Amino acid sequence: MTSLPITIDSVSKAYGSYVALDDVSLDIQAGEFLTLLGPSGSGKTTLLMALAGFVRPDSGKLLLGDRDITRLAPNKRDIGIVFQNYALFPHMNVLANVAYPLALRKTPRAEARQRALATLARVKLDGLAERNIAALSGGQRQRVALARAIVFEPRVMLMDEPLSALDKNLRETMQYEIRRLHDDLGITTIYVTHDQREALIMSDRIAVMNSGRIQQIDTPQRIYDRPSTRFVAEFMGEANIVAPGSVRRIDGAEASGETLMIRAESFHLDAELVGADGVALEGTLRAKAFRGENWLLTLALDGGQEVLVCIPAALAGGCAELAAGQRMTAYAPAAKVHAIPGALA
Amino acid sequence: MLEAYPQNRLARIVLWSFAALVMAFLMLPTLVVVPLSFSASNLLEFPPHAYSLRWYENFFGSATWMAALRTSLILGTLTALIAVPFALLACISMNRLGGKSAASIQGVLLTPSVTPGILLAIGLFFVLAAQRLVGTLFGVLVGHVVLAVPVACIVLLPALARFDWNQVQAARSLGADWARAIGEIIVPQLRLSLLSATLMAFLTSLDESVISIFVASGRNSTMPKLMFISLRDQIDPTIAAISTLWTAIVVVVVVIVALRQKSLPSRKS
Repeated sequence: MTSLPITIDSVSKAYGSYVALDDVSLDIQAGEFLTLLGPSGSGKTTLLMALAGFVRPDSGKLLLGDRDITRLAPNKRDIGIVFQNYALFPHMNVLANVAYPLALRKTPRAEARQRALATLARVKLDGLAERNIAALSGGQRQRVALARAIVFEPRVMLMDEPLSALDKNLRETMQYEIRRLHDDLGITTIYVTHDQREALIMSDRIAVMNSGRIQQIDTPQRIYDRPSTRFVAEFMGEANIVAPGSVRRIDGAEASGETLMIRAESFHLDAELVGADGVALEGTLRAKAFRGENWLLTLALDGGQEVLVCIPAALAGGCAELAAGQRMTAYAPAAKVHAIPGALA
Repeated sequence: MLEAYPQNRLARIVLWSFAALVMAFLMLPTLVVVPLSFSASNLLEFPPHAYSLRWYENFFGSATWMAALRTSLILGTLTALIAVPFALLACISMNRLGGKSAASIQGVLLTPSVTPGILLAIGLFFVLAAQRLVGTLFGVLVGHVVLAVPVACIVLLPALARFDWNQVQAARSLGADWARAIGEIIVPQLRLSLLSATLMAFLTSLDESVISIFVASGRNSTMPKLMFISLRDQIDPTIAAISTLWTAIVVVVVVIVALRQKSLPSRKS
């Protein structure tokens, strides 16, 4: 199977005065697993539906390989889609659901049956071919939807929050399985989710969207550690945006004049663990909470700003004895201090 | 519903009696023709003094009545075959359009069901006259389709509103064109509603008298038209025999549909 790159070129879409997509451009490489991440209403599903052919952009172009598909009918795009609610056909059994795209392509019956069965085995549903859809669990339905989307060997796969209806454990299992399936097939995949952990775990690259625009596109690690905007910083995890004046260098050198982003879990309470080029934040302990794997401390800086400090339980020997109102200092290594110019503007 | 069900024994008896009275009020006028049709007398008399099947023989032996029966059945079938697919496509487009445009289309489509039949018949008469179609079967068919489309829409609209449209998008993404998505995904799942719509469209045509009186000619009179004429010209129990048969046909069809619905497993939403 040859997978294809996708080019999204200045695509815009408005519904009346509501702008769903605002001049979005994005290049997705062949075989890449790219996640569109954002809160609801950010335009990620609209973009996915435009690629699928169910939303016609007001302007801009969509290219699959070097073919312009902006106005191509959905049934001619050869794109496998997994829908949020699975959209299985309840009047067909599992095998008929999976074989349906093959039947549409006039594949001989015996071959279609054999390919559908092989695909069902690939998603670990052997033996369920004759089941009715109504008799399947949520996780099994998810797998049927996956099998149906890949059985005809599409060159691109689109997934619209496919795991949002599953419970937490099953969701984590499926995250690894979908990623493994992607790696086996080498198929270009665009995955939509609002769950930042899911995006971090699964993706080659993440495009963070908000208000119809792509805020940042990069690898999971860079998106997390080096967010380019305050929105991305806060959407990806517990982020502290700190004014330059509140921070001093441990070694006494002059601190950066920029607005800084420091993640809650980047802090230590012990200066030794940080290094001389790290930063120190002094303040008063406002509140503390034990969260199992870590302690969450709320520190009020002298300027009045509150900072969240997350200390792993394994390193937090003294946290239980800390009392609200006491003075304390949190340290962060230089590598975990990231400047976001203008984030506090 | 169950909260409203009275616990009190007396209240329950009163409720059931009231329901039985309502049922009787609805059914008796229809059922009174049944004994009349088996009367041996030349007059419509109730209760009949003697019984016979002569009026049924009279009906089945009459070339005029048989021609009208044939016309009515053909018209009913053609009406259903044209109105239901049309209504299905119209309902799909309304469902997809949504908003004001769907509401205005719905308004136009449902107008014939709220317009007085006589106005519709007069209007249709002039339109057909201009096309020289008065007196043709086609002319009556047009009228019946116009009446049957809103009936079918009323059955199909709520069924489509419950339908999971993602399934159609899924079928499209898997390679189905519109025709196959509708034929292989929507139609099989709406089969019960489509069956009801077909039945209702068929019965709408079978029952329709005003347009038939205005537009049909003597040669292609429908049953209701001939019944009106025969009631005006001569009253004999043949009309009671026909009414009984007519009611029996409708009851049988409705019961078949009801049983079929029951035998199918109820689907989860």
